[in-house]
Amino acid sequence: MNEFIRHLVIVPIVLPLLAAALTLSFDERQRNVRAAISFTTTFILLVVALVLLFAASDSGPHQGAATAYAIGDWAAPFGIVLVADRLSAMMLALTSFLGLSTLLFSLARWDRAGPRFHALFLLLLMGVNGAFLTGDLFNLFVFFEVLLAASYGLVLHGSGLARVKAGLHYVVINLAASSLFLVGVALIYGITGTLNMADLAAKIPAIADADRMLFEIGCAILGVAFLIKAGMWPLGFWLPATYSAASAPAASIFVILTKVGAYVIIRLSLLLFGPEAGASAGFGQQFLVVGGIATIVFGTVGVLASRTMSRVGGYCVIVSAGTILAVVGAGGEAALAGGLYYLISSTLGASAFFLLIELLNRARGSTSAAIPPPIFSDEFRDPYDDGTETDEVGVLIPASVGLISGGYILCALLLAGLPPLSGFVGKFAVMTGVMASEEPVSGVAWTLIGVLTVSSFAMLVAFARTGIEVLWAQGDRPAPKVKPVELIAIGVLLTAALALSIEGGLAMRFVTSTSAWLHAPMDYVAAVLTPAPSLPTGGTP
Amino acid sequence: MEIVLALGIGVLAGSGIWLLLRPRTFQVIIGLSLISYAVNLFIFAMGRLRVDAPPILDPAVPADVANYADPLPQGLVLTAIVIGFAMTALYLVLLLAARGLTGTDHVDGQEPDQ
Repeated sequence: MNEFIRHLVIVPIVLPLLAAALTLSFDERQRNVRAAISFTTTFILLVVALVLLFAASDSGPHQGAATAYAIGDWAAPFGIVLVADRLSAMMLALTSFLGLSTLLFSLARWDRAGPRFHALFLLLLMGVNGAFLTGDLFNLFVFFEVLLAASYGLVLHGSGLARVKAGLHYVVINLAASSLFLVGVALIYGITGTLNMADLAAKIPAIADADRMLFEIGCAILGVAFLIKAGMWPLGFWLPATYSAASAPAASIFVILTKVGAYVIIRLSLLLFGPEAGASAGFGQQFLVVGGIATIVFGTVGVLASRTMSRVGGYCVIVSAGTILAVVGAGGEAALAGGLYYLISSTLGASAFFLLIELLNRARGSTSAAIPPPIFSDEFRDPYDDGTETDEVGVLIPASVGLISGGYILCALLLAGLPPLSGFVGKFAVMTGVMASEEPVSGVAWTLIGVLTVSSFAMLVAFARTGIEVLWAQGDRPAPKVKPVELIAIGVLLTAALALSIEGGLAMRFVTSTSAWLHAPMDYVAAVLTPAPSLPTGGTP
Repeated sequence: MEIVLALGIGVLAGSGIWLLLRPRTFQVIIGLSLISYAVNLFIFAMGRLRVDAPPILDPAVPADVANYADPLPQGLVLTAIVIGFAMTALYLVLLLAARGLTGTDHVDGQEPDQ
């Protein structure tokens, strides 16, 4: 691994932090400067993430699959490390892709709906990137808090009664979850004396039998904190309410937050409780698969019961989280590869859907409900009351209704998991993977396959019903005012999902190698704990 | 000493959880504060309880781990205190905004009988 790429690992954390600080030094009158700064930053983040992705994906089976970056050049178990391996790089690329398109969408009007949107948005990206990159449990806590603090601000972005009410619950639940996180981390430290994930994986087999129970309690408490974030039933009741209250760009980027919870579950259950873990091997698997299936069922019922599109979107996020958790619990390399592919596809679909909901509501003329009167004096102006805007980009795109409807159909196919799009490929890969993993296919695996099939069908019914209500309405209303940049943002996300279906072979090879890498936790341990050649002095990180 | 600390953590966490489940926003914020005190003490206790042992190297004390307290949980506690404090302040602002918007201090934004 060359020097340049090793230093690149820290860029996704440092760059948005600096850029967020920079945007704060420009006031609202210079919003174009702010927008330019944050757009440039998210674009650079995407480039960096793609470079890291290519660095992690090429080369032999497991060589070079992980780049460990020791901050301050302190060796691994004592210093803090950032680790960019295949899974991290994949999640980073997904985050920056979502970040770029969501930011593009918000530039049309939402970034003016409240103060300091760009700073909060960039800090959220910093927290998410940090959570994906860190190789240390306590730093994971710190990055979680960074992303949560930014998300509290973004939930309230645009203000209004519904958002404040939803934010009140969201903040309390996450503060309580953070306490659980700390208790879990402290217990693990108390037993093993380390918080470095790789060091922890190496020390687990040697834990004394008397302490093992206490260690597993610590891991379970930690797991509950992540499952609250991931939206597992019965811990995910906050999710649809919060996501449907948040503004469109905020809800769209929040789709990645549930995936942060899922990412940590994937990482820790495979790293810490693989077959090498001795008596603790497979800890929590049974719980994850049962909980995941319950989550899918809960989400499916929710999708069917929802009367508004934003709640449909929220429950789709829950179904997707449930699927990934169940796959992690069911185990097996091939199933996990399918699960990762499904994760990418469902994230892109859900994110595009939340952006689309705003345009669909605008098409129905019901957006006025979404714009509350200002509460604080530093809220600048109503994002829709833009006298000058009509002059700049007031072009009615003639085909806007058609484009919106087309986007809706694509989102529905992606989220329900129907052919020919990637949602279907992902679900199919999960099913074949689950069936291949053990020889007489177990009852749990059959249940998972059945639940996945039924949930696809139920989601299709829900999408068709909502689509008929919204898109086949009387056509005497004027076409909605849609800015080209909003359609471009949605188009970018859906094109990515289409590319994922068309280049399915390439994507599948990558997730398969990622899954193989995740199932060899000792290679991760070796990559992190083996002292890397010292960086040249005076090098700028 | 252990039993005093354990009782202290237990009482703080128990009172905190009870307050967290109450219907008024002020009770919730006090509950969150009590829970974070309990958690901070818990992290500290995970470094084992030692009396008269410095956490940082001291030239007057022989350089042996047995003579020192574990400095890491103390560092972790500092970070957790700072973050917990900031989050409590943030929640306080939200609480006031909710009170101003809804006219009630119920966590659901409306009185249960309405």
